[in-house]
Amino acid sequence: MEMLQNKHSVCIAPVQVVDMATLMRYVNSSRMGHRSIALNCSASVARAFGVAAGKPLPAKVKIVEVGPRDGLQNEKTVVPAEVKIRLIDMLSEAGLPVIEATSFVSPKWVPQMADQVEVMQGIHKKPGVNYPVLTPNLKGFQAAVKAGAQEVAIFGAASELFSKKNINCSVEESLQRFEEVTKAAKEQGVLVRGYVSCVLGCPYEGKVSPEKVAQVAKRLYAMGCYEISLGDTIGVGTPGGMGEMLEAVKREVPVDALAVHCHDTYGQALANILVALQMGITVVDSSIAGLGGCPYAQGASGNVATEDVVYMLHGLGIQTGVDLHKLMDAGAFICQFLNRRTSSKVAQASCKL
Amino acid sequence: MGNIPSAVKHCLSYETLAQDYPWLVRWLQEEKFGAICEFPKTVKIVEVGPRDGLQNEKEMVSTGVKIQLINMLSETGLPVIEATSFVSSKWVPQMADHVDVLKGITKSPHVKYPVLTPNLHGYQAAVEAGASEVAVFGSASETFSKKNINCSIEESMLRFKEVISSAKQADIPVRGYVSCALGCPYEGDVEPAKVTEVAKMLYDLGCYEVSLGDTIGVGTPKSMAKVLQSVMKEVPSSALAVHCHDTYGQALANILIALQGVNLSKVINAGEFICQALNRRTNSKVAQAKSCHCVP
Repeated sequence: MEMLQNKHSVCIAPVQVVDMATLMRYVNSSRMGHRSIALNCSASVARAFGVAAGKPLPAKVKIVEVGPRDGLQNEKTVVPAEVKIRLIDMLSEAGLPVIEATSFVSPKWVPQMADQVEVMQGIHKKPGVNYPVLTPNLKGFQAAVKAGAQEVAIFGAASELFSKKNINCSVEESLQRFEEVTKAAKEQGVLVRGYVSCVLGCPYEGKVSPEKVAQVAKRLYAMGCYEISLGDTIGVGTPGGMGEMLEAVKREVPVDALAVHCHDTYGQALANILVALQMGITVVDSSIAGLGGCPYAQGASGNVATEDVVYMLHGLGIQTGVDLHKLMDAGAFICQFLNRRTSSKVAQASCKL
Repeated sequence: MGNIPSAVKHCLSYETLAQDYPWLVRWLQEEKFGAICEFPKTVKIVEVGPRDGLQNEKEMVSTGVKIQLINMLSETGLPVIEATSFVSSKWVPQMADHVDVLKGITKSPHVKYPVLTPNLHGYQAAVEAGASEVAVFGSASETFSKKNINCSIEESMLRFKEVISSAKQADIPVRGYVSCALGCPYEGDVEPAKVTEVAKMLYDLGCYEVSLGDTIGVGTPKSMAKVLQSVMKEVPSSALAVHCHDTYGQALANILIALQGVNLSKVINAGEFICQALNRRTNSKVAQAKSCHCVP
């Protein structure tokens, strides 16, 4: 039986282990026409092939905190540098291993991130914690490195229309710009994280093909990104779609180099994250207090709240290194400043704003 | 593998099966993720908004509005809508109009309208008002039982026995609920074995279905799995339901099943209607996002 189990994980990749009973159902169904196989599998053999009732989950998950950048970028209230710095320092104290600090885009496009240099230089960089910053092009990269960045992030899209509307160029053109960044980053020993937007749907194109997501992810990985974060930018994804998309991407990029960035616009984030974990993903992006609404749906929610993700992961017995109470303190702090209610249900339940 | 029949070879080795039938592997890989996952094909949704939902809203809702809400929900395709509760209006003022609501709704032939009946008195009043399905509420936590319905679990079971016994004679199905299945606001952690014990009692007494409630929403997928694994040893899964609160945002992860057969836009309309009446924002993120025309 051990031999069988070892074989499955090789043979059936990238698809998860197939339940023999299910296999037989398909084989014997009328769709198979004349191709039917008469099998008499014992229940124990079927179980050997079967998916366990609880699919194995990772022992540890790395949380990438995007609140200070992705979150604040989508908040209407402009937050002064010292508040951003204090927030990031509190998040560092909460045990988060990666905190996206700011964005080196032109302040003309993103005024909230105009204080990028001040923030980058003002935060207390806790040893062992990474502080990636967004760099849309070579110019932004150079400014980021000058300001002390040791990790940068680049944002591709799986949708042509979204790419044109968001960053004013086609997907191919954006990838060419990013190649300049990854090349320079390699030379300077700077890590690069890649993002793919609209992996489960686009506000302009609607459905997005999993193959397209896989292609873009593959390009980013090939050009040197150590990790690719797959973003459900408008939060329309559901577990089935997440599974399909991850299957396609896993064929091109090793699962250890993948992350999911789920928006909670339709309340589906935790369910989507759970499925991703079951498929071997061990890196999850989230935003403190669920900061950052959906720019395509005024009034709707956006990022999934880090507190809610941590609550689920800890409940599952998965280690994150995060102290939930300190996390909630950071959430309370920023919500107080922004004079808004937290989007985290855990924080609401715990009466932290 | 020599003289072993090919059927057995295929059973014992996926590699051999894949070699002999390469089209099968390709075909399975082309199938949608959902098809080879263990999700059910259909799920029955029990809509508890008009009772469990409104009961916990501060704003008093008029009978007319409750009736209109239930009628709108009846048009959505929802198969079960918990209409009201025959508890004393002294304890639950929101449900004081139970008779008027039950008599006033337009009962769709494809929909069931269970009502809560905590005891024989409530049951009799419900039947007189036209109820054709009732529900009883047990608890997996002694403290919660005492604080919520003023008696121990055992005493509550005796009351339910009377209800179920009368219901059986009148051919009225009874749905059982187990509160605090994943945690209690007073006792904290609740043992899956206790949940199983109470679920089994309700099932053995005659409830056709037992709904396991994460009353304070503290559960996570792991604790949900543990409870279900325990309960399913005593109660068949076809007789089980889950009632997940979203207090900690964990509900969908705890549920993780597909919704099918429900007209979502009509559900949203019904939701919009009641929120307007309550003068409050919907808690449904789908409704929030749809109203913002987020997706083309």
